[in-house]
Amino acid sequence: MTLARDAVLVLEKDMRLELRSRVIVSQVMPFGLLVLILFAFALDPDRRILGEATPGLFWLAVLFSTLLALQRSFAVEAADGVTDGLRLSGLDPAGIFLGKAAGIAVHLLALEVVLIVGATLFYGTAPEGPLLLIATCLAATAGLAAVGSIYGILSAGMRVRDTLLPLLVLPVVSPVLISATQAFGAAYEQSSGTGWRWFGLLAVFAVLYLVIGIFAFETLLEES
Amino acid sequence: MEPVVSFREAVCLLGRFPALAGVDLDVGAGEIVLLQGPNGAGKTTVLRACAGLVPVVEGSASVLGVDLRTDPKAVRHRVGLLGHHSGLYDDLTVADNVSFWTRAGRAGASDARAAMARLGLDGRLADVPVARLSAGQRRRTSLAVMVARRPELWLLDEPHAALDQDGRDVVDGLMVEAVASGATVVFVSHEPDRAAAVAHRTVTIAGGMTAAQDPRSGAPVASAPDGDGPDPDLPDPDVSDPDVSDPVGEVVA
Repeated sequence: MTLARDAVLVLEKDMRLELRSRVIVSQVMPFGLLVLILFAFALDPDRRILGEATPGLFWLAVLFSTLLALQRSFAVEAADGVTDGLRLSGLDPAGIFLGKAAGIAVHLLALEVVLIVGATLFYGTAPEGPLLLIATCLAATAGLAAVGSIYGILSAGMRVRDTLLPLLVLPVVSPVLISATQAFGAAYEQSSGTGWRWFGLLAVFAVLYLVIGIFAFETLLEES
Repeated sequence: MEPVVSFREAVCLLGRFPALAGVDLDVGAGEIVLLQGPNGAGKTTVLRACAGLVPVVEGSASVLGVDLRTDPKAVRHRVGLLGHHSGLYDDLTVADNVSFWTRAGRAGASDARAAMARLGLDGRLADVPVARLSAGQRRRTSLAVMVARRPELWLLDEPHAALDQDGRDVVDGLMVEAVASGATVVFVSHEPDRAAAVAHRTVTIAGGMTAAQDPRSGAPVASAPDGDGPDPDLPDPDVSDPDVSDPVGEVVA
């Protein structure tokens, strides 16, 4: 119960931070849309390639936007001694991890909705398998949020955190990019059989990193 | 009665730097103890060690009955530490911040409201984002968090800093009230006259060690030996490089 209570408390705080600052809505979402548009400009001469590449371009845009969301989420924890506050607060570190990951996941899911609409408008493609699409978004988002929270707190106390975080996160989440792209490709082409297998890989990845985060976050918080 | 704070030859390292080179300190329940000494003497490190944030690597140290050598984390939620940083979220309002940290410490909403009222934050300021506050108002907000959480041991690092005359009087009053309600206070101040008026006792830290003191007056009778501890003329290791060691305390109860 304490774990859940602490996670909800941290999640509420992060939602309130976004409500007050609107960084995700006013900066991260426009950035993601801008990436989609730039991809469209780069590949516009060949609409067929653009259509085929939609899943990969979509998840690349999500990944780049995720980095911004992570930097924002952990910059506020590193500022003005807040990290020490968390250490001394009595909050369960695993609860802090789950709360932070849930906050990032909520932001990313909202971003993905916007980007799916954007991809439909800019690329002229629409998914055929909505169930697989939704399941893929949920599993991939959980994985990205878990990995991001682990490396976010690890780099939070470092001077070079802004440049280090992408270097740490991008290689680790490459399985998410591959699996989510393949599953999305299946959802767009209505060949959901192979898509569900990729979804399974995403789900395993998410569970693995959520478990790692629950057990490792206390140590990472001490070291940050 | 077991002392609230008991350090014997306590040594703390910040990296490889001996921030404390053998501190002896006893603080009894209900005492208000002033730590004084030059910049870089190790006063902030003593407070952070008491909070379980800086490991004690040699000697013995216990706070509120918890052995800091074996389980420093066990004492953290029982102490309140007001450091040089505010420990507040800039984008949240005063009320948001006090509410979050109070709930994190398992205290109630009524405690948060009462603390804000006590610090004069219950009016228009309650809905102002912390980023827009003056340094003194931020200090009041940090103090409100501490008051709301009612720690057993108050650790205050220059609590009067940035406050106006009224605010300083409030801080003095809060220390007296804390002790009256059963808590213990250890604080650092560079304002000897004001601090001495509220403190029951003064302990001098120099060169990372406790200076010998006259048992009647509390005045230091000898300096700590050179060479063993940090040089007081060096930049204060407690505050000079927060990104490396970040040893400066925060508000946290």
